[in-house]
Amino acid sequence: MRLWKTVLAATAVALGCSTAAFAARTDLVLGMVLEPPHLDPTAGAAAAIREVTYANIFEGLTRIGPNGEVLPDLAESWTISEDGKVYTFKLHTGVKFHDGTDFDASDVKFSLDRARAEDSQNAQKQLFAAIDTVDVVDPATIKVTLKQPQGSFLYNMGWGDAVIVAPESAETNKEKPIGTGPFKFQNWAKGSSVTLVKSDSYWGDPAFLDKAEFRFIPDASAAVPAMLSGDVQAFPNMPTSDSLSQFQSDPRFKVVVGSTEGETILAMNNGKPPFDQPKVRQAISYALDRKAIIDGASEGLGQPIGSHMSPSSKDYVDLTGTYPHDPAKAKELLKEAGLANGTKVTLKLPPPPYARLGGEIIASQLRGVGIEAEIIPVEWAQWLDQVFTKKDYDLTIVSHVEPNDIGIYARKDYYFNYQNPEFTKVIEDLDATADEGKRKELLGKAQKTLADDAVVGFLFELPKVGVWDAKIEGLWQNQPVPANDLTKVKWND
Amino acid sequence: MTAYLLKRVAIALATLVLASIVVFAVLEILPGDPARLMLGMNASAEQVEQVRTQMGLNDPLLLRYFHWIGNLVVLDFGRSYTYSVPVIDLVRERVAVSLPLALIALALSTLIAIPVGLYAASRQGRFGDTVSMGVSQIGVAIPNFWFALLLIYLFAVWLKWVPAGGFPGWSAGIWPALKALILPAIALALPQAAILARVTRQALIEVLSEDYIRTARAKGMPYRAVLWRHALRNAMIPVLTILGLQFAFLLAGTIIIENVFYLPGLGRLIFQAITQRDLIVVESVVMLLVTTVILVNLLVDFSYAVVDPRLRGRS
Repeated sequence: MRLWKTVLAATAVALGCSTAAFAARTDLVLGMVLEPPHLDPTAGAAAAIREVTYANIFEGLTRIGPNGEVLPDLAESWTISEDGKVYTFKLHTGVKFHDGTDFDASDVKFSLDRARAEDSQNAQKQLFAAIDTVDVVDPATIKVTLKQPQGSFLYNMGWGDAVIVAPESAETNKEKPIGTGPFKFQNWAKGSSVTLVKSDSYWGDPAFLDKAEFRFIPDASAAVPAMLSGDVQAFPNMPTSDSLSQFQSDPRFKVVVGSTEGETILAMNNGKPPFDQPKVRQAISYALDRKAIIDGASEGLGQPIGSHMSPSSKDYVDLTGTYPHDPAKAKELLKEAGLANGTKVTLKLPPPPYARLGGEIIASQLRGVGIEAEIIPVEWAQWLDQVFTKKDYDLTIVSHVEPNDIGIYARKDYYFNYQNPEFTKVIEDLDATADEGKRKELLGKAQKTLADDAVVGFLFELPKVGVWDAKIEGLWQNQPVPANDLTKVKWND
Repeated sequence: MTAYLLKRVAIALATLVLASIVVFAVLEILPGDPARLMLGMNASAEQVEQVRTQMGLNDPLLLRYFHWIGNLVVLDFGRSYTYSVPVIDLVRERVAVSLPLALIALALSTLIAIPVGLYAASRQGRFGDTVSMGVSQIGVAIPNFWFALLLIYLFAVWLKWVPAGGFPGWSAGIWPALKALILPAIALALPQAAILARVTRQALIEVLSEDYIRTARAKGMPYRAVLWRHALRNAMIPVLTILGLQFAFLLAGTIIIENVFYLPGLGRLIFQAITQRDLIVVESVVMLLVTTVILVNLLVDFSYAVVDPRLRGRS
């Protein structure tokens, strides 16, 4: 009797398994290191907010595709006036927010006006700085008039900070995000996970997944067993690279290395002696051995850069040869600059491994040319306070992850303390130029100027290392903007 | 008795006030601006200043201290800067993870430590004593996060008995929730049990050499009865003291263990709040933990009086 029960149970289990095998899985648990502070991308800079909501919950007029291209999103098409100042967007109709309210041009006007308002909490207010007026033409048409032509306007509207929200839910999006995307928010177990489910009322192609959970795993050493045990099936930004080989040799997993928009640099305080002398900055650039830094700080996966532009950008100019690794030349320049052998400087390092690991290598390379760099580890809050805001630093290592952000070098009062009117002019011209050919030329010039001036030590483009179940497809290889776009993700079994 | 208790309560209150000043001052000195962290590197200085004002960070120092303390007294913990929800809501969710975890760990460590300590003390110098104390020496030396990782690889990755981490919530059912807490509780409990076992053994050995133990044995009382009735009871004071201190260590340990097992507990909340400079959350939760630790120690003080009749007589 006992035996029969066991046999029956075993058969039932076997049958259960085989039926499950016919239908592909429609759920996914995705690991992330940092938990978002809240879920409103229009009111905070944290990348983790976008990594949950971008393209999944919230949508903009345009969106950025997997390779950084601008794609239509809530706007199905647009026209641009002759003078490049008036953008008229034709919107999709029949679009609903997740709470059932209708989406139309008035929501677009509300969102853009809110983002650029005086008391806006938008972390990227400069994206909207060129906008003069936003007018509703009819429910399906919106007209945006700019103060001056802006070449990057359509791209800007694709950022997570420029998504369209509804006046009814804008104030509560931090806790309960309501967007127009293919997934709707279901639950946020604070400290643990955010769960999204497929939206049945989505206007576009429905998602393949029924349910997606973003699970927050802060500890790098916990991420590996979470993947190995199958609790988590995808880690698009795997925190440890030293355990990669273990996944590479395991057929259950795919390891996908792509690029980000993160220019990793050794920033130098251009406003503080001795770094105000171009010769000293050039000497430091000569002293850096990028190959060794990339091997040590990014497992050899980063791509070398010679200026502030991603190698995957169409406007990229290879300037890595401007200051090749040449310690003898570095010493010579330092001598000419009158810098004593053994000069002491500080090197402040934020927490990410690229900075902490890279910092040790750079300190030893600088020691080789007679500069004693004292390493000071800091946490993010300290870094933002001391280095970024108060500019109290000599050297620091950081990755600038915003896309197409070469303009930061033209900002007044930025922490580099770099002032070059010629460069500022190039950026101003660039901002007012929409013509692709002209822009490419200006961007080339901007890159060349930064490289020649050795404003900072240009190190490498931060790689994106993703690990996921070999049966999953549709996740992004590269990271042109912070996002975990699940709209095309599916199980292949 | 009453005077003894009143004195303990007064000391506890003074400790609380001091702790609140220290907590507030330390967070005040700590570099880092919550508004800048929230807005990131691209926001302008004016915008950051505006958000600071909205958060009330530009008010004078003393005003903010008394505002905070005044609210705490009436159990208003304030609103989180980053999550923009009442801190008490965050705490309530997190306590539901941390408290069971700490209690299970405490129970486990006591259940392991006291029998082991008794066993070792009763076989002092013999093989069983050497082995159990040797093992406990290893337990003292192993850092709990490393031990946690060993447990994860063995029970989650290899045997697949329990999840590698995370917490499904009590709404998922008692058993799934408990399952998620087993490994973290063991990882927390074993190093504590090792210390407690050694203390228990030491205290018992001292008591066992006392005259009254010899007298008890001489009048023909069985060894086991002497051990349980006379020795253990008299050895309880150092054991209780360590147990009280260990509760504070358990709470501190949860910060590390909750990160390794990514459990949404109080420890993790503090850790996240510190990195995000969510000062109000850090201040309130730290004060809550301080209060808990002080209360537990107060309880320990009271229990001395229960265990030791001499303290009861003192007035």
